[in-house]
Order: sequence, then C-alpha cells, then structure tokens
Amino acid sequence: MSNDNSSIEPTSGGGDSHLPERVEADPIADPGLPPHKWRPTDVDPKAERRAERQIAAMFIGAMVMAVLFVVSYFTFSVGDSWDTIGGLGASTVTLGVTLGLTLLLIGTAIIHLARKLMADAEMVEMRHPAASPQEDRDATVAALNAGLDESGIGRRPLVRNTMFGAIGVGLGLPSVVLLRDLAPGDQLDISKLAKTIWAPGMRLVRDVVGTPILASEIEVGDLINGAPEAMFPTEENGYPELHGAQEQIDKAKGAIIIVRMDPDDITPLKGREKWTVDGIICYSKICTHVGCPISLYERTTHHVLCPCHQSTFDLADHAKVIFGPAARPLPQLPIAVDEEGYLVAQSDFTEPIGASYWEREKQ
Amino acid sequence: MRLLNRTAGRLSRHRRGPLAGLAVLLLGLLISGSLYTAFAPAQAQSQASETEKIAQGKELFLASCAFCHGKNGEGIPTVRPGYQIGPPLVGTGAAAVDFQVGTGRMPMAAPGQQAPRKAVAFSDDEVDALAAYVASLGPGPAIPNESDYSIEGLSEEERQEAISRGGQIFLTNCTACHNFNGAGGAMPRGGYAPTLHGVEGKYIYEALLTGPQQMPTFSNGNLSPDEKRDVIAYLGSLEDAPEVAGFTLGGYGPVGEGLFVWVLGIGGLVGAAVWIASHTTRTTKSKVES
Repeated sequence: MSNDNSSIEPTSGGGDSHLPERVEADPIADPGLPPHKWRPTDVDPKAERRAERQIAAMFIGAMVMAVLFVVSYFTFSVGDSWDTIGGLGASTVTLGVTLGLTLLLIGTAIIHLARKLMADAEMVEMRHPAASPQEDRDATVAALNAGLDESGIGRRPLVRNTMFGAIGVGLGLPSVVLLRDLAPGDQLDISKLAKTIWAPGMRLVRDVVGTPILASEIEVGDLINGAPEAMFPTEENGYPELHGAQEQIDKAKGAIIIVRMDPDDITPLKGREKWTVDGIICYSKICTHVGCPISLYERTTHHVLCPCHQSTFDLADHAKVIFGPAARPLPQLPIAVDEEGYLVAQSDFTEPIGASYWEREKQ
Repeated sequence: MRLLNRTAGRLSRHRRGPLAGLAVLLLGLLISGSLYTAFAPAQAQSQASETEKIAQGKELFLASCAFCHGKNGEGIPTVRPGYQIGPPLVGTGAAAVDFQVGTGRMPMAAPGQQAPRKAVAFSDDEVDALAAYVASLGPGPAIPNESDYSIEGLSEEERQEAISRGGQIFLTNCTACHNFNGAGGAMPRGGYAPTLHGVEGKYIYEALLTGPQQMPTFSNGNLSPDEKRDVIAYLGSLEDAPEVAGFTLGGYGPVGEGLFVWVLGIGGLVGAAVWIASHTTRTTKSKVES
C-alpha cells in the first residue's frame, strides 16, 4: 500500500468554509501496517491439526447433545408424576441442558474455526463518501418534480386538499367507530361502573370457602378476605347462578377485606359512625390507584399496603391514603349484623370502587 | 409373594419353640408396665406441677422478659403514643409464647422492626413453664395438639382435598405477604414476612392463632381449625413437590430472577463477546513457504 493518501479525491461541492484548508500530504508520514504476526496454527502443522480436531470434537459433541435431547424427551415422564433429578424436574433440566449445549457447542466451534483456521490477514478498505454521486441525486429530484408536475397536484389545490381529506376521514373515522365497538354494548353504560353486586342485607362471606361470618367470633386483629354471598349461590340463599364474564366482573368488584380492631382506634368519617360493627370494619379490596387487589395488612399499624405501587391506606382512619400514588381512600362498605348475628351489608358501596375514570366525579 | 410366605413360615416355626411362651409373657408385662408408668402417675404429677411450672415460668419471665414486657406482663409503652418497648402479654396465651420463644424470636437480641428466627434460648421445659406463666395472666389461645395441624389421620382422598382447599385459602389470605410459594417477602419500614419453608406445622398454626409482630390474626372465627390444618397441609405439599421448572432461585419472583438474568445472563454474554473479539495467540515464527 502506498504511503501518501493524495489519491483520495476531495468530495465534490465542498463549500465547507469553516473547515481548515486541506493540506496536500500529512505532516507525519503514515507508517503503514506493522509486519504481520502469524498464529501458531499458521506456521505449525501440528497446531493446525490439533485445532482441526478440537473443532471437529465440538461439532460431534453438539450432535451427541442433540441425540441426548431426543432421548431425554422420550425418557422422562412429565404431567402428574414428574421424574426428578435432585428435586428438579428431570425433563426440564435435561432438555434445557442438552439443547443449550448443542447450540453452545456449534457456536463455540464456529468461533474457534474463525479464530484458529480461517484466513488471517490484515485488510485495508478505503472509505467512500456516504452520499450518492451528484448526478444520481439530481436525476432523482428531477424525476420527483416531473411526477408532481404531471399529476398536477401542485396546480390544483382543490384536488390536493380533498385527497388528503378523503385519506384522513376515509381511514380514520371508520377505525375510531370500530374501536368504540370493541366494548360490548351494555358496558358503554358507564353508570354500571358505580355499582357492584352488593345489596342491602347481603351477607359477607369468606372468600374461596363461602361461609358466612359470625360477628361475635371475630377477634381483634383478625383479617378476613371476603366476598359477597351472591358469589356462592346455593338453594338455601336463593341467589341466581352467575356465569362467564358477569361472574368475573361481579367477583372482581365485590371483593372486600374485613378487619376487627379496638373500636377506640377507629376515627370514623362524619356520617359513617354507624357503618361498623363493634370495631369490625369493611373496605373494598380493590386499590383506588389502578385496581390491584390488596390485603397486605399490618395488624399493629392498621395499614394496608398495595403490592403494585406501594399505596398505603390507614384502615383505622377511613382508609385514607398515607403513602403512594393512590388518589382516593378505599371505598368503605357499610355493614351491620342480621338477626342470626352474621355480618351483612347495609347497602352497596356509596361510591365507585377501584381505579379512577373520567366520568367518576359526575356520578 | 414367595418371600413373604417363607418369612411367615419361619416366624411360625419360632412361635412353636419352647421359649416362645415365656418371651410373649415377658413382652406383655413390659408393655403394660411401661404404659402404666407413662399414663397413670403422669396425670397426678402434672396436676401437682402446674403451679410449680407457673412459678418457674415467672422466675424465668422476670429474668429474661420483664425488661420489655413489664414485671407482670403489662407491657411498657414509650413516650410516643401507640408505640411500646414491649407489648402487654395478658391474654396472648400459651400459643404465642410457644411460637415466639420456641422459634427463638424472643427474647429479641435487639429492639427493631423484625424479630428474626434464631437459635432457641430456652429448653423445651423452660418454654413450657414460660407459656404456662403467660397463660395464667389471662385467657388466650393454647398450644395446639398435633391432631389440630396434621393430616396424618385422614384417608388419601381426604388429604388431597385438604391440600387443594388449603392451597386456595393460602392464595387468598397469605400470599399478599408470604409470596405465592411461601418464600416470604418485604414489609414496610424494613420488616419482612418470613419464609414458611421448613417451618413446623405447630408454629404455623400458632402464628395463625396469635398473629406475631405485624401479622393479622386468623382466629378460629376467621379461619376454622380445619381450614388452618388445610393451609399447613398445602405448605407441606409444596415442600414435597419437585421443582418441575428447574431452579426457583429462592422463589422470590421477579426480583431474584431479574437479578440473575441481568448479572449472570448478560454478564455471561458480555464475557463471551469479549472472548470472541480478543486477540488470538501469536507466534514470533514466520511462515515457512512450501
């Protein structure tokens, strides 16, 4: 390679007056590349053959691992009775290890091949200007202008504007309307968001097991994850069977937490003095931030904490927010006891539960 | 089958031996005698020693617990309202003492947000004595019997039912703090919910009854004794179950798994990239033209 770089043409149209003037030759001579140093595999036939054997061994290892993958796929049983290796699922472990090693060995072998045996010589590639040649650029601009001119859009603003309008309205409007239809018809009625399945006289039951809660059996410090009795319909209680999406919606919106604390600890909000039963107090389980179910309750501080974003509510003080991004207290469910001593709701929640939405304050 | 028959045959051959009758007689005497010593005098002794136990418990209490909990277990408040050096123990019952002292949580090594499980400071008898003393201060939950938290007595089908019901109850009531597989988790202000792996059924039952530290209580009016037993059965089944998906990394969920992937996974990739781009060995020899 020659030592001067005067053969590189300056780019055409160079009007960069802020750059220093171009010098004809570098003040310090380009020393060129240092002499090439060979790898052992280039000069020693023994090393070359050893590298060959290593690479071949890795490829063979990859094949063996692939066969073992198939063997372990058919050997180990999964499902109800897993085979195990050291307490881990045998199938998962062996499939992962064998397939992982197959891929790893192929990759390592290829890299080893490139580093030890493939041609190893320094190359110099001269950069060329990033821009296209000036004549190509001129031709492209000319073609574009000719196209615009022939279509006449520039001269006919009426056609141009109505075309843009048709694209905007014709594609935008239908998609907006169709997106709106993704919500089932009956859910467009947002007044439903403010209501849950709770109704006057409905019993509070334990979630999962569905048993009613005797107020006298609850002790100070207890936390009960509760649900509306209507989620557990029996012939005795006479609630209708719920199905599908409606069941899931009612279940999600009706979830409650019930705690009992020393009645003196509770600071009731004005008008909510009769909403508790002797220190038993009930709130929606759905966080008012983005609607995570919360039951991380600290008995000694009366705080309940949302695991999603650390909103913290003080259940002794109308569940007001004491930390975190939630904007509103948890809605409180007014409760009473029926003639048999079980906890019942006095009414539905008096405000929408869960996360905020635009129309919430209007309802 | 043949093996069984042979064994039975051998046994019956011995049964007909001349010394067999004597051996059976001695065995019978031994069993009835030891049964008598185990039961009959024990009852009389336990009644007599109940007051002794309480007295011994009080001695231990004054020496090891009264500094924080007060000389009569009345608790010592701090000047900040609602805060206390040690809470009152009247009415916490024997179960709370057996849990706190039996797992080494009490006496605490230093005041703090968390009372960690550590080496137990008292012998079993001393724990019993302390429990008896605290139980005498006011009525509270007693130490549960093994039949309360064990599913040994149930049929295989009932056990499976208990485990699956316990799983549902656990996922509804316990996972908020103790994590989906019971590995525990962080709590506000530096505390944590401890792991439930390897915790004896008795202590889980007592913790549910008494609500140690920040934990809410799950009294019998909240979760029935059977439901508590089912939760313990579910936790036991978790320990027997194989980790079918491979390593759990402690079961802490996204935090532990993310740490593993970011440090070891991406670190390994960076290492591999450095190795690929590194210089290979070079020699000073020049190539022999052939």
